[in-house]
Amino acid sequence: MGDTIFALASARGKAGVAVFRISGPLAHEAVGRLCSLPAPRRAGLRLLVWQGDVLDEALVLRFDAGASFTGEASAELQVHGSLAVVKAVARVLGEMPGLRMAEAGEFTRRALENGRLDLAQVEGLADLIDAETEAQRRQAMRVLSGAIGRRAEGWRKALIRAGALVEATIDFADEDVPVDVTPEVLGLIDVLRAELQREIAGTGAAERVRDGFEVAILGAPNVGKSTLLNALAGREAAITSEIAGTTRDVIEVRMDLAGLAVTVLDTAGLRETEDRVEQIGVARAMERAQAAELRVFLLSHPGEVLMLTPQPGDIVVLGKADLHLDEPHAISGLTGRGIDALIARIADRLSEMAASAGAMTRERHRVAMLRAFEALESARSQLERPGGATELVAADLRQAMLALDLLVGRLDVENLLDEIFASFCIGK
Amino acid sequence: MFHVKHFDVVVIGGGHAGAEAAAASARMGARTALVSMQKDRIGVMSCNPAIGGLGKGHLVREVDALDGLMGLAADAAGIQFRLLNRRKGPAVQGPRTQADRKLYRLAIQALLSQQVGLEIVEGEVVDLIEGPGGKVTGVQLLDGTALTAASVVLTAGTFLNGIIHIGDQRKSGGREGDVASIRLGQRLGSLGLPRGRLKTGTPPRLDGRTIAWEGLEEQPADDDPVMLSFRNSRPAVRQVACGITHTNERTHDIVRANLGRSAMYGGHIEGVGPRYCPSIEDKVVRFADKTGHQIFLEPEGLDDHTVYPNGISTSLPAEVQFDYVRSIKGLERVNILQPGYAIEYDFFDPSALRPTLESVLSGLYFAGQINGTTGYEEAAAQGLVAGANAAAAALGLDPILFSRSESYIGVMLDDLISRGVTEPYRMFTSRAEFRLHLRADNADQRLTAKGIATGLVGADRVQFFAGKMERLSAANALLAERSCTPPELLAAGLSVSRDGARRNLLQVLAGADVTWDHILLLEPRSAEVDPETRLQVWRDALYAQYLHRQDAEANTLQRNEAITIPADLQFSGLPGLSNELSAKLQRRRPSNLAEAERIEGMTPAALLLILAHCRKSAQARTAVR
Repeated sequence: MGDTIFALASARGKAGVAVFRISGPLAHEAVGRLCSLPAPRRAGLRLLVWQGDVLDEALVLRFDAGASFTGEASAELQVHGSLAVVKAVARVLGEMPGLRMAEAGEFTRRALENGRLDLAQVEGLADLIDAETEAQRRQAMRVLSGAIGRRAEGWRKALIRAGALVEATIDFADEDVPVDVTPEVLGLIDVLRAELQREIAGTGAAERVRDGFEVAILGAPNVGKSTLLNALAGREAAITSEIAGTTRDVIEVRMDLAGLAVTVLDTAGLRETEDRVEQIGVARAMERAQAAELRVFLLSHPGEVLMLTPQPGDIVVLGKADLHLDEPHAISGLTGRGIDALIARIADRLSEMAASAGAMTRERHRVAMLRAFEALESARSQLERPGGATELVAADLRQAMLALDLLVGRLDVENLLDEIFASFCIGK
Repeated sequence: MFHVKHFDVVVIGGGHAGAEAAAASARMGARTALVSMQKDRIGVMSCNPAIGGLGKGHLVREVDALDGLMGLAADAAGIQFRLLNRRKGPAVQGPRTQADRKLYRLAIQALLSQQVGLEIVEGEVVDLIEGPGGKVTGVQLLDGTALTAASVVLTAGTFLNGIIHIGDQRKSGGREGDVASIRLGQRLGSLGLPRGRLKTGTPPRLDGRTIAWEGLEEQPADDDPVMLSFRNSRPAVRQVACGITHTNERTHDIVRANLGRSAMYGGHIEGVGPRYCPSIEDKVVRFADKTGHQIFLEPEGLDDHTVYPNGISTSLPAEVQFDYVRSIKGLERVNILQPGYAIEYDFFDPSALRPTLESVLSGLYFAGQINGTTGYEEAAAQGLVAGANAAAAALGLDPILFSRSESYIGVMLDDLISRGVTEPYRMFTSRAEFRLHLRADNADQRLTAKGIATGLVGADRVQFFAGKMERLSAANALLAERSCTPPELLAAGLSVSRDGARRNLLQVLAGADVTWDHILLLEPRSAEVDPETRLQVWRDALYAQYLHRQDAEANTLQRNEAITIPADLQFSGLPGLSNELSAKLQRRRPSNLAEAERIEGMTPAALLLILAHCRKSAQARTAVR
């Protein structure tokens, strides 16, 4: 059995409440030395007393083994979030024999080791804790609640069925089993391929929801890009001045736009220049802008042609609206005119992209699906080849199953045999 | 004082496991005794009269590659050789033959009588002799004789607490006409080994002279028969055909109307039967919408008019069997020689066995049906493993182990030990993840060298094998050396892309629609390669590319096999494992991660957990030092 660990579960610094978590065999005993233990899963208001000194008045929670986050006996102390109180409680817990400060992620690891969470859920939880925005929170919750598992369940059934059909024609050749299973197997493979393909495509967007979208602001020098960024960010993130070419490097500001995590990039103005430093800035601006999910082109006058052409879905607006009072859709970072409408347009575009996000958010999910997809492709071409070898189709299907093991759980021959014996009357 | 005789190894039982165990032990050089209740019943085929098939034919070839008996006896007795999946690739082809029961039994008895160092003892074993520390050191016979030995192999088949059911009648027995080993069963019961109960069924036996053959479909033997043993090339006796007929709606009505009188459906049987060998009652109930089931009418011998109707095993009362059999086309006037019956028997949970088939009782080995398997071939393969290892232990040699990546024998042993059984275990090719490599045609290439190294293979076969390998490697070298450009290949009439890449002739041979004639055009010296060697070179070349891909998987397996789980790791104390899984792990005690991975119900998360604890305890150990 492991040690008993404790840690400050809330963020460091002054706050209304600070939460200590204690987990392990001595968790209840440790809390019992500070106050009387409340009933399991009931909050109790207690004075924490250590060697005659009152540390703080705290809300105390107790969880029994098997009914806690880590699966171990554990407790929570919700104390006042003063630096002095947090320091005192941490010192007292650290002095108790058998207790030690938890390492990073140790609570979650114990939850995993104790089977309270599976690997995918741990990843979902990590994302939830890191979630900065509503969309990230929703996505993390979806992973945590087992969306991967549900999607995988359908794939699992299709793989078992396809594998069973192929194996039946191999292992029960002398029996009353259908001779040509190719049409049904091809049908199953095609559905699987399409779903995998969709899900693989969706991993990009899902990753963006998790890691944030990049939106680049582009335009000629001194068109008001930095002013726009500052207006969006609501603070002076970029230096603005009347001098063209003020922004030389790419400036990033992370913000929450309509619930989505967004990094807005302010870039050097696009123009041909002799200045070596500015040249690098322009090249970098082009590069980052092309890699971004969305580009906002700020024009100095209608019909302006820039060094970078907008892609479908990009946003093109007229800048410095204070100078173009007759243009209804122009914006101005300075006066704030049109900014709300622009934010709404950016948010709409990003929400569209986020909506296509699949449940698979990790690179390792994508790699697994890709490997399975390739194996299914190979099985398909073998099936369609006249005189294609059944045992090689079976080998490809096995590869696909192995690849998806991580997502759908282990598939083995017993699953195939179950399906064969349930579907066909074997036993000549 | 009773009579005492000394041996290195004593084998109990003369079925397929016992015969193979005794022969293997004696081949290893151990003084061996085979104890059977009736000498003349050694080698009896108690169920269907056939050897081999898919997965099973692979096992026979592996037994043969290790110089065992089964392939030789099957070839001597084979009356209808058929290569199953002949139109599919060589990896999934399985040699099979109908066998003349009498010829088979006599062939086994003859092979055993020729075996040096083997004595056959007629008698009933009633007790095990235990030495210091609980080690089994011999057996006690009913007549008071004691046989002492360093190792004892138990192959009791269905004889342990066997109960035969025909309708609501039940009687004790190992197989129709034989007595069950009740005293030995009771004795083993008192040892407290974990056990379970299984059942199996047989069909009624028919008088072939009363079958109307002329109206029935015929299934002939192959024109180009493939033998079970590497040493033989043609059948020893006359070949015959099997008949094929079908049940019909009337048959099903009769069965349905009498379901309550079936031992199985009447609730008289507690054991679990195999799903791949359902009784006719099962078929009618579970596949109610099927209007007919196929029946193979298999002759039991050349001078025996008994016919085995494969596909209608039953535990209905004899008079119902009579009615439903006569409702079948061709069997309208048939006489039943012996009614079908279901038999229930005890087996010992194989998950408690070691990879040598030694049980938890030191010195006592188990093989065959008592380990929960079914089938002659599965029994023979286990018999060989148990006999060889019993002898190795007695002679102070290293144990002989088999891996999943090398043989079906290894697949079976690992399945039995890491998963246990829930129904009688039968081999299928789909159980072997390295199926493209584990072929019937290369069993000798995979195993004979190992058999030679461990002393299992006799001098005759050593020489035979060496000759074959020499021819093979010469032909392989010839084809590997000669590499061709795309224009050369196109000139030889092969379709190939002009990618400028040179291909050697082994790679060329693996292509679709390539024949040896193409090879002859490209390398005239290949004319000297004999037809059998040509075929084998082609089979090996065919899967080379896929085998390469499987290497990664084989490496993972070997890596996981290398992560040893400490013998003192307490799974029951591991938090996070379900009670069911930790109990299973505690019982089976996987010795490495690969074994743990294959335990039924194992999840990736649980495996990660075990891995984490292996690491943790490894760290703790280092820290202590």
